[in-house]
Amino acid sequence: MFKNLALALTAVIALTSCTKKPSTDGTATSSNANEILVGEYGSMTGSEATFGISTHEGIQLAFKQINNTGGINGKLLKLISLDNQGKPEEAATAVQKLITQNKVVAVLGEVASSRSLAAAPIAQQYKIPMVSPSSTNPKVTEVGDYIFRVCFIDPFQGTVMAKFAAENLKAKKVAIMTDVKSDYSVGLAKFFKEKFEDLGGKVVSEQSYASQDIDFKAQLTAIKAAKPDAIFIPGYYTEVGLISRQAKGLGIKAALLGGDGWDSSKLFEIGKEAIVGGYFSNHYTTESKDKKVQEFISAYKDAYNKVPDGLAAMGYDAAMVLVDAMKRAKEPTPEAIRDQLATTKDFIAVTGKITIDEKRNATKPAVVVQVKGQDKYGYVTTINP
Amino acid sequence: MDFLFNEYILSMIVYCGVNIILAVSLNLVNGFTGQFSIGHAGFMAIGAYLSAYLGMNFHTPFILNTILGGLASAAAGYAVGLPSLRLKGDYLAIVTLGFGEIIRVVLLNIDAVGGARGMYGIPKDGGFFWTYGWAVATIFIISQLMRSTHGRAFLAVREDEIAAEAMGINTTKYKVRAFVISSFFAGIAGALFAHYLCYLNPSSFGFMKSIDVVVMVVLGGMGSITGSVIAACIITLLPEALRPLQEITKIDFRMVIYSLTLIILMLTRPKGLFGNLELSDLWKKYVKRHS
Repeated sequence: MFKNLALALTAVIALTSCTKKPSTDGTATSSNANEILVGEYGSMTGSEATFGISTHEGIQLAFKQINNTGGINGKLLKLISLDNQGKPEEAATAVQKLITQNKVVAVLGEVASSRSLAAAPIAQQYKIPMVSPSSTNPKVTEVGDYIFRVCFIDPFQGTVMAKFAAENLKAKKVAIMTDVKSDYSVGLAKFFKEKFEDLGGKVVSEQSYASQDIDFKAQLTAIKAAKPDAIFIPGYYTEVGLISRQAKGLGIKAALLGGDGWDSSKLFEIGKEAIVGGYFSNHYTTESKDKKVQEFISAYKDAYNKVPDGLAAMGYDAAMVLVDAMKRAKEPTPEAIRDQLATTKDFIAVTGKITIDEKRNATKPAVVVQVKGQDKYGYVTTINP
Repeated sequence: MDFLFNEYILSMIVYCGVNIILAVSLNLVNGFTGQFSIGHAGFMAIGAYLSAYLGMNFHTPFILNTILGGLASAAAGYAVGLPSLRLKGDYLAIVTLGFGEIIRVVLLNIDAVGGARGMYGIPKDGGFFWTYGWAVATIFIISQLMRSTHGRAFLAVREDEIAAEAMGINTTKYKVRAFVISSFFAGIAGALFAHYLCYLNPSSFGFMKSIDVVVMVVLGGMGSITGSVIAACIITLLPEALRPLQEITKIDFRMVIYSLTLIILMLTRPKGLFGNLELSDLWKKYVKRHS
């Protein structure tokens, strides 16, 4: 009996001694006095690899530009990127490594809110500032005072579309169709309604559905009877595509509005002609005439020979906001960088003018685009907060 | 020294411990009893979520949460095992596979545990001593079990079910027993994982996690506890150990090397690293040869 216990114990001891092996290979990056180490974690592999790679390229481009123009107060930036395979637990491990072993002064990442939420407590624990390029869930920055983001949060899009409906479309009456199973959709709908009523409009019909529903005729018939000028559908592209087709079938002529959940080439594949003319809010569009945007696009094309997508622009902006904070900080210490990040104001970025508010979220404009066809979106307007 | 003892290394050691518990417990079903379960991540998820939920909302002590998580997994193991273990071979694999997916999808849709957003703010608890305490307990209990009447019955079921039945062994009953014990420890591993990481997301408990555990069992050798322990460590540490390579070369072939290593290991040692031998067997052999 005790022989067995001894066996178990030796097994454990044997394994703990072997676990120390990987550390001896000298992963540690000797931090040169003339270098500032910044960590990045993202999904370079896995099912969401395109997100991670786009973001990574955006960040790399930003760092390259800064280093080519002399770095930060004479020091060059060094980026350490780790892959998390799109898994939350890997994201936590990667950030743990970046902070405790590579000794970075700041962390950039992640795209998906779930992975940002897994890693943020670790950054907070070690008091290392973390800047997320595109996690829009409000919970992410609630983790603590070292967690920032450079994208707007979900509820803001509701406000944007309400403004757009009231001011640009001159809509008086709108209907709302909410996906009750999604946090995102419910949040957008709630803020849309508040803002639209504030602006003097009237919500004439509120209908709900659940993701993966196929038939929406009952809700649409009720909406048709209410005769709205526009219908706000803050859902994801699959259902939105189906809704648009069925709305057209019922002869509804009202404009369709939505959020960045529409942003997929599947939207047009499903909705076809019915979705053309619909408007949705997004982070950025290559169609923008803004000089900053066009400069970014040409620099990105030179570096990677392709057109940057929204995530690349957000990655670039996250890096630039961090760089801006580092430039203003007297010493590149995590505390000083955090303090400067928190006071970021009117920073001119590719995706608009960014101001970090007291909840460490970015206040910035959103663009409204109109669906024109397969992967074709026309820039309509920019809405400021 | 800083490179040897920091939180990152510690976290890898803790994940090793969690995976040891998972691999050793799955070995009881897949290795010793000869059944084929590929839904271990589902049981892990039950323990993880229940324990995290209790810890967050009722602030119950950690040890209680862990055990309740384990018991809930064991109950689920009983519910799944009872009907499906009457089936043989491939059928059990399919049922457990389906069960693992059901758990994941259900968790995705429960708002109280965060759904697809995930559950965050789980109180930090556990760590090295808890994890290895449980790992030792798992290894000890399962190895003791294998030396008892029950253990012999498990082996008999694996070797020849009809012969075992003829000898008066209620094969279904023993299979369910192995399955329930295995699920219990999976739930414990889940609870330790949840409180160490402080964040849960259903995507962590997908099909690939189950396969990872099966790989650990097969790589270590079906029916070798020592093998499971070593394989669990290799599978956990190998991708991390390959990270520096990625940092130096800037090319991400970490997963390619990882997969190649597995293929080479299985080709050179088709029965797994240890076959069905234990450390103690090897020691005995060694002593015999040198005496």
